[in-house]
Amino acid sequence: MPEALRFLRSGTGGVGLVLLVLVVGLALIGPFFAPHALDEPIGLPYASPSSAAPLGTDELGRDVLSRVLWGGRSVLLLAGIATAIAYAAGLLVGLLAGYTRSLLDPILMRSADVLLSFPALLFLLVLVAGAGTSNAILVIGVAVIQFPQIARIIRSATLAQSTRGFVEAAVARGERTAAILRRELLPNIVGPISADLGLRFTYSIILVASLNFFGLGLQPPSSDWALMISENRSGLTLNPWSVLAPAVLIALLTIAVNMVGDAVARTQEQSALTVGRRS
Amino acid sequence: MLAPSPEVARPTSRRRRPLLWFFVVRVLTGLATLLVVSVLVFAATEVLPGDAASAVLGKSATPDQVAKMRKLMGLDKPAVQRYGEWLGGILTGNLGDSAAGFASGSKAPIWPQIKDKLANSFILAAVVTLLMIPFSLALGVKAATRAGRPVDHAISTSSLAVVSLPEFVIGSLLIIVFFTWLNLLPPVSLLAPGESPLAHPRLLVLPALTLLAATLAGSTRMVRAGVIETMRSDYVRMAELNGLPKRRVVSRYALRNALAPAVQVFGQNIQYLVGGIIVVEYLFSYPGIGKELVDAVAIRDVREVQTIAILIAAFCIFINIVADFLVVLLVPKLRTASA
Repeated sequence: MPEALRFLRSGTGGVGLVLLVLVVGLALIGPFFAPHALDEPIGLPYASPSSAAPLGTDELGRDVLSRVLWGGRSVLLLAGIATAIAYAAGLLVGLLAGYTRSLLDPILMRSADVLLSFPALLFLLVLVAGAGTSNAILVIGVAVIQFPQIARIIRSATLAQSTRGFVEAAVARGERTAAILRRELLPNIVGPISADLGLRFTYSIILVASLNFFGLGLQPPSSDWALMISENRSGLTLNPWSVLAPAVLIALLTIAVNMVGDAVARTQEQSALTVGRRS
Repeated sequence: MLAPSPEVARPTSRRRRPLLWFFVVRVLTGLATLLVVSVLVFAATEVLPGDAASAVLGKSATPDQVAKMRKLMGLDKPAVQRYGEWLGGILTGNLGDSAAGFASGSKAPIWPQIKDKLANSFILAAVVTLLMIPFSLALGVKAATRAGRPVDHAISTSSLAVVSLPEFVIGSLLIIVFFTWLNLLPPVSLLAPGESPLAHPRLLVLPALTLLAATLAGSTRMVRAGVIETMRSDYVRMAELNGLPKRRVVSRYALRNALAPAVQVFGQNIQYLVGGIIVVEYLFSYPGIGKELVDAVAIRDVREVQTIAILIAAFCIFINIVADFLVVLLVPKLRTASA
């Protein structure tokens, strides 16, 4: 089995990956199978499931199934972009801080301490209060929250590698810092990164979804699973499917990402241990 | 056993009163953190593009109205002066006036608006914490002492699943089960102004259950890890080799030492609990400070958002200091170690 797929050996890893492929597949190709338009009433509000609308209708009489099929893209996309930005910045700063051991180091530690001292949601809410609701603010806010912790993890992984022989050899050969970071250090910290990635992505999804649930992220009439839960809460007795379907899908998505992430992290831990023993 | 170091001969104030020293340093760093947070909050709400006056007036406001509102709210003063006045006000117990009040033409002080809501949130948080600590200790120890067996597997897998769920998803699923299907509990927790949630315990059940599920999963995993770690230590092995019964080893040796990281974790988890409270209060329309905050953000009342945000951050930092202090009291080793 190739190195990268070893996490599948644990039960949770395999189940998680299957779940993840199913939910992400549904979110990405679902819109092509939506039977009705997103924004068009097809019946009375909160109608029970029927042959025309297998999951019934929502607060405005729109087809729940179509909106569910459309509603996964936004959260995946926003959380994905936020995580990618946080990682790009975290990699750059973490590598530099770990390798150069400069002033960046204490700044990084303290800023992470400050951001961890209060709830992340509070930070996002304050940001939205000041700058208004927009996807850009949401993405930047989530990335800013995640960035210091990512940088810290990458910094300590880099620090551990930077005293190894092959790095010193590269320094002795007179290679430039950028080349050392990219060719010598980066490939050797892939382990800790892959162990951390699942956790970060789960957290990004939770934050994005929570803001959407408050109605402070994506704005109607866009379709989003979290927004659907928020919009259709008052019709729970009439058509519970309008809340149950998006809630179950968000649950499956976060559980799947976390299961895969957890399995990868455990595999990393084990291989780090065996490598340690061999040397 | 530590060998006496030469430094013992000339004790500094730091060595003589390590506990007091630790406390002073911890409180000072807490205050410094809070100061940085206050700058962040102020900068995000008043310096970022997007003017507090036009935000509260809405898009239909004329430039003339906005200019008047800016003057009324004191926005024409320089930012540094406004920050100083805001912070000074909070330190002297004057939380300021809400921007929504300015918009309606009269002054509306923030404190009377949020007083009862703070109490309601506090009650919810206390109920959840009082339930979470014993449950997470019991489940965590159970999983740790049966590590690798089916019980542990069941506890660990289910807590891994629950820990990854957003609070509003847990809450929505609970509402569907306990309201839509079983019709046992109310889906919203509305209270008349001035009413205490303690007078209506039924309204507290679902919000508390949601938060309990969300926080229990994480803390159980931490307690499990802590107990497993101490069970591997030399003194626990020694106690086992001396033939002490397993129950006694767990309760007298492992749990006590695992309690220290657990308290720290509870302290660190306070921000997850508080973040969760914001979501849960909004979900159940529970009249607490979290619901008030989200409502204030929705109408972009930056004055109220600033004040609530700094109060919540101060509370989190305070709980963390208390937790750190408890840890030092729990673990004698940390009290004497020269750090």
